[in-house]
Amino acid sequence: MKPILVLVSVDSNSVLLGAKQFVNYLKEAIEKYNLKDTVDVLETGSMGVYTQGVVMAVFPDDVYYSVRSIEDVEKIVSEHLLKGRPVLSLEIPRERLKLIVEREKVTEEVRIVLRNVGVIDPRSIDQYIARDGYFALHKALFEMTPEQVIQTIKESGLRGRGGAGFPTGLKWEFTAKAKADQKYVVCNADEGEPGTFKDRLIMEGDPHSVIEAMVICGYAVGANKGYIYIRGEYYGSVENVQKAIKDAYEYGFLGKNILGSNFSFDLTVRLGAGAYVCGEETALLESIEGKSGRPRLKPPYPPTHGLFGKPTVINNVETFANVPQIILNGANWFKQFGTKGSPGTKVFSLVGNVVRRGIVEVPMGVTVRELIYKFGGGLAGGKQLYMVQTGGTAGTFIGIDKLDVPIDYDSFRDHGVSIGSGVILAMDEDVCPVDVALNTMEFFEHESCGKCTPCREGTRLAVEILRRMSKGQGKKEDLDTLRQIAIVTQEASLCGLGQSINVPLLSIVDNFREDFLAHIGATSCPRGVCRFEKPKVKTKV
Amino acid sequence: MVDRETVVKLVRSVKNQALEERDMLINALHQIQNYFGNYIPVEAAQLVAEELNVPESKVYEVLTFYTMFSTKPRGKYVIRVCVNLPCHVTGGRQIVETLKETLGIDFDQTTKDGLFTLEKTSCLGLCGVAPVIMVNDEYYGDLTPKKVKELIERLKAGGDAK
Repeated sequence: MKPILVLVSVDSNSVLLGAKQFVNYLKEAIEKYNLKDTVDVLETGSMGVYTQGVVMAVFPDDVYYSVRSIEDVEKIVSEHLLKGRPVLSLEIPRERLKLIVEREKVTEEVRIVLRNVGVIDPRSIDQYIARDGYFALHKALFEMTPEQVIQTIKESGLRGRGGAGFPTGLKWEFTAKAKADQKYVVCNADEGEPGTFKDRLIMEGDPHSVIEAMVICGYAVGANKGYIYIRGEYYGSVENVQKAIKDAYEYGFLGKNILGSNFSFDLTVRLGAGAYVCGEETALLESIEGKSGRPRLKPPYPPTHGLFGKPTVINNVETFANVPQIILNGANWFKQFGTKGSPGTKVFSLVGNVVRRGIVEVPMGVTVRELIYKFGGGLAGGKQLYMVQTGGTAGTFIGIDKLDVPIDYDSFRDHGVSIGSGVILAMDEDVCPVDVALNTMEFFEHESCGKCTPCREGTRLAVEILRRMSKGQGKKEDLDTLRQIAIVTQEASLCGLGQSINVPLLSIVDNFREDFLAHIGATSCPRGVCRFEKPKVKTKV
Repeated sequence: MVDRETVVKLVRSVKNQALEERDMLINALHQIQNYFGNYIPVEAAQLVAEELNVPESKVYEVLTFYTMFSTKPRGKYVIRVCVNLPCHVTGGRQIVETLKETLGIDFDQTTKDGLFTLEKTSCLGLCGVAPVIMVNDEYYGDLTPKKVKELIERLKAGGDAK
């Protein structure tokens, strides 16, 4: 251990801000100033904020910097590291840090899933172990029966973090009870819900937590093969997860007779290839089987008929990342966080027009207002908040009247505010609900796999109507038609994709009805966003 | 030119990582596409079918279902721009317009000089630095129309993407 340690965030978001170049330069500069024996550089995951620059932390001085250029790095090395004088101009103010770094006990933030992200080198299995990594696996294998593992997960009340919120313990139990010669554990890492990037940051920042959970799950349900299905575009995640799997095999956490027990488990990575619908669990299974990702008719459900027709547990990355901590600390420990119906924490992605975009992990039951104003720092450019989309593109659009609703898996049923995959997309006064609705429905039209008619045609019709409206050619009856399309598509579609389009469509049409009506018969977009066109009338010149 | 031996070797190397007999098709196609740059020639797809023992029609179906695969050669630089809401409301709309104007092409078209293909993509999970585009396998974030124009100029001049 050298006396000084510099931590640098090199998650994908930071890399886009130049993190790699900064690290390279940092290492060069350390060499140049002959500080090799005194300074260690550690590349770690996300520390939680982006817009200001790449976060670099110097220990033991406990100083956090926001770095935007090579010159900034040079300053930090020549002033702070060499002469011991912190560079005040680059320092992130303390009060802001409290919100983004877990080191000090913060009022709201609780890190279960992200406990290692931005703290350890994700490519080092030793550092994961040093933070109690694989202790839960040992406990499960040697101190618990598979039934006890399932019981603990059931009692914890953990619900699927992919968006649907199905009780994880039940899923495991169904799979455990199914009789078959082969069972599988699958991790859904096909993160594609627009605005969501929590799974990416978990896989990039702490891949072993997911691997450990999958082995525990395999032990609990009696499966000895596992797949992590990662989006084809997530290069950083694929790289870190593959490295982690390789190391886990070497250390005996994967493979035959894990830790000397009778339990064996093999794990591998499969890539997506650009299809949102593959995030739907049965479509994902089809894709692993080497087919087009078209959803299957349910029931039967994956716990009895999953991958290759065998019983399969399929959970989201964030769900799995909770498991080791629950096994280690017990169900009651987990239940102290969050709400009664939705225990634990949730990783939220704060995106759109907020000052500080990024991820934050807080107990369930947090309000949209807290997320936007407390953690997101409010709206960028001093603008006013106009609308928020919660839960992702398949989530709800709400106005400022619903900011104080506590969100968890029941808030959609109770208040019409969905949690989904944890996206909080803040939109300022410069947006137009018609344009937003059009963008949203274009997304579903594009991603609809085309297998079932209601979804394929419903999304197409909705786009047609909204496109007409955004050109200033809307009709009074359009709103009712849109509502009708939403309801029919929801009721008649085959899978979660088509079944969920009523959530965004109805919420935006109902919560922003005035804006839609104001487009009809107007001469220009009342919000100055849509470009109106005169209807094509045949005229003789 | 599709060199039979190379393709077969690629497919077999992927086959070695299989947990189950049928689970390798998409990973194999990724490998083939990487090898040929940014598309999968029909002849190569036929070899994949042969090696993995799946019907050609099925390989073709998979190839055309997923947006990351292409059966036709694309430009030297494939630019994929995120068109989803988190990018759309943070200036993404202007980025799309700038790209179309600067390159003089629409989505799914390639410039005459064969340099650029423009495609739209769904969320890339980099909303912390939206709006975002990808050029081949590199990401670019916090974009403005000015930055996009500069990037295109750099690429045209044969410069490195970064």
